[in-house]
Amino acid sequence: MDLDFTEEQDMLRTSARDFLTTECPKTLVRELEESEKGYSPEIWRKMAELGWMGLVIPEEYGGMEMEFMDLVVLLEEMGRNIIPGPFFSTVVLGALPILAAGSEEQKKELLPKIAEGEAILTMALTEPTATYEAGGVKLKAAAEGDSFVLNGTKLFVENAHIADYMICVARTKDGADPEDGITLFLVEGGSPGITVEVVPTIALDKQCEVVFKDVRVPKKNVLGELDKGWPIVQRTLEQATTAKCAEMIGGAQAALDMTVDYAKERVQYGRPIGSFQAIQFDLADMWMKVDMGKNIVYEAVWSVSEGLPSTEKVAMAKGWANEAYKFVAERGVQIHGAIGTTRDHDIGLYFRRAWASDLVFGNTEFQREVVARQLGL
Amino acid sequence: MDFRLTPHQEALKKEFEDFFKEEMKKAPPGLEAGLEALFSEEGFPFHRQLVRKVADRGWLTMAWPKEYGGQDAPIIDQLMFSEAMGYSRAPASDIFGVGMLGPTLLAAGSEEQKKEYLPPIARGEVVWCQGWSEPNSGSDLASLTTRAVRDGDEYVINGQKIWTSGAHHADWMFMIARTNPEEKRSRGLSFFLLDMKTPGITIRPLYSMEGSHLFNEVFFDDVRVPARNIVGEENQGWAVTRAMMNFERSNVGMMSGLKRDLEELVQFCKETKWNGQTLAQNPFVRHKLAQLAIEVEAGRAMSYRIAWMQEKGGLLMAAHAASAAKVYGSELAQSFAYTGYEIMGLYGQVKKGSKWAPLMGAFESASQLCMGMNIAAGTSEIQRNLIAWIGLGLPRTI
Repeated sequence: MDLDFTEEQDMLRTSARDFLTTECPKTLVRELEESEKGYSPEIWRKMAELGWMGLVIPEEYGGMEMEFMDLVVLLEEMGRNIIPGPFFSTVVLGALPILAAGSEEQKKELLPKIAEGEAILTMALTEPTATYEAGGVKLKAAAEGDSFVLNGTKLFVENAHIADYMICVARTKDGADPEDGITLFLVEGGSPGITVEVVPTIALDKQCEVVFKDVRVPKKNVLGELDKGWPIVQRTLEQATTAKCAEMIGGAQAALDMTVDYAKERVQYGRPIGSFQAIQFDLADMWMKVDMGKNIVYEAVWSVSEGLPSTEKVAMAKGWANEAYKFVAERGVQIHGAIGTTRDHDIGLYFRRAWASDLVFGNTEFQREVVARQLGL
Repeated sequence: MDFRLTPHQEALKKEFEDFFKEEMKKAPPGLEAGLEALFSEEGFPFHRQLVRKVADRGWLTMAWPKEYGGQDAPIIDQLMFSEAMGYSRAPASDIFGVGMLGPTLLAAGSEEQKKEYLPPIARGEVVWCQGWSEPNSGSDLASLTTRAVRDGDEYVINGQKIWTSGAHHADWMFMIARTNPEEKRSRGLSFFLLDMKTPGITIRPLYSMEGSHLFNEVFFDDVRVPARNIVGEENQGWAVTRAMMNFERSNVGMMSGLKRDLEELVQFCKETKWNGQTLAQNPFVRHKLAQLAIEVEAGRAMSYRIAWMQEKGGLLMAAHAASAAKVYGSELAQSFAYTGYEIMGLYGQVKKGSKWAPLMGAFESASQLCMGMNIAAGTSEIQRNLIAWIGLGLPRTI
């Protein structure tokens, strides 16, 4: 048992923190979240030069061949700083499934592009059915000659408006078991028949509605096996959920630090408000939620990266992270008082992201049901 | 990072689990895991014989140095033991001698004291109790007034302690008394080891809400203790006390006990049908139990992190981390008790012994006993103070 990060991981963390602090101050965060694209191509290029997009891509495809835990260290820092953009969707929802299930041709075609920052990706999974379960996938893909024709609507697809490729999760066969008959398709962004509209959401994180009307996708763009795509989605969701948890813990830590600092500086009744017991109790509770969150999130990440059965650990990590981030953000605003409720104050950036992250890959109600089933209830 | 146990640790874990499974077959029926069970009429003899058995196998204090009765084993091994013990609900260790005094003497005792007091603890031969709180000094422990006056090569102690767990069974007491009356707070306190057979000691029971006898008042009338029984220097007792508080608070066996409780509650909910559907089919029940499972797992992960920190830091650890473990653990146990009670509906109130008591009335008693744990070993309020002051550097105003 070794519960410390390696020296290399600590160095990665430090250098990432320095880079993000310098390149993406909160003024830019606000600018980017309000912008149409939602990211900075300049920072994107610099991250590519640092090798971040290719961090877990094998060297033969232009990557750095590092571990999932290393990527998670990076994501935690991104959550801490906040950096609007398509890193998560490109690497976690794009590169990882291609790595897991892509043909040699597909890997050769796409992974180097991703590693070089030349391609933005996302996964189109959820639909108006608003669930991460297989039963929610209703978009149909019908075989026609040497193509498939896709029809349906995807909703809450992050960065679909700028994606060069979308991994579209479609239903190719109807059956008794909804997890059976699902196929993944690599769809080029801007393909005829695709309409994308950015849905305004709490974190302004470019969640899109994507309508597929008779969209033709060549057979060679099937990712993985026909009708057997759901296991790839499950594996991706495990990785994405734990990665998102790490990002959330980073955000929660930043919100906590900001609030502790404020409590030490803000003086009322002739003393720092951080000297009042009620405030101290809230901060103590906030600290515990974040500190304990790290333990179960890191363990879930490790379990997923080791390929161990991780359903319960992943659901528990997300269930904890959801409530922890929201709690810290909510108390953070409260302790800041009135300024905490303004658009201008940084604590609000974390509050909105806590509420958005809560939902992605399953809110706490969803995770609890997963846990309940794992308990045998 | 690597969360895997070594084959040796896995093997140890199994050995402990098998041992406890066997031993608990001989336990008085319905013996609960809490402190009060250790000191009850039927619980106490079973507890002590089990401690001896565990000591005979070298397990009781395995992380201590060999020269004082330990095995120099890694703390993770001790964690395996604590987990197995907690899960089986076996009353096989004692918080006071093994969990608190032992590590404290290792850190702060004289060589003579280590040689004299540690081996009997390691052999499971001595029962210790803790003389700290007084009627006017609970959270503000440092304000205590029990006096110890130097007289030749003895100290003479007069005063009163309260909430002394298990004093009615204890052989020895570690206690704090005021040796410098000029100093009203921590700077005037000294730490003593006291033989409970010393003339002048009177014990009076205090009964808990649900009926058990754990706590006591202890009165000291001219009780003479040898001067060499002081731990650390005169008037330096507070530092010893604070170190010991961390050991008391970071005790990590509790989480596995809750895991066991949860498994039993889940099983109960799967099997029990009131009003046409099983409890397990009720979405409220599913979600409450799932939430508890998440919180128990977070507690387990925390206990491993603490063991890891202690392994690296040689048993010593940051005070606020110990405080977090204590407040989280006790409040989780409380949340668990209340959730179980709620799930039981009308049956939740039935006491053990009645045919109508589900799970042997576990939640009827737990709902009451949990309050004690939120208050003992430093109240939840005090723990949060410490996290704020020591962990977050916030201003201390008391």
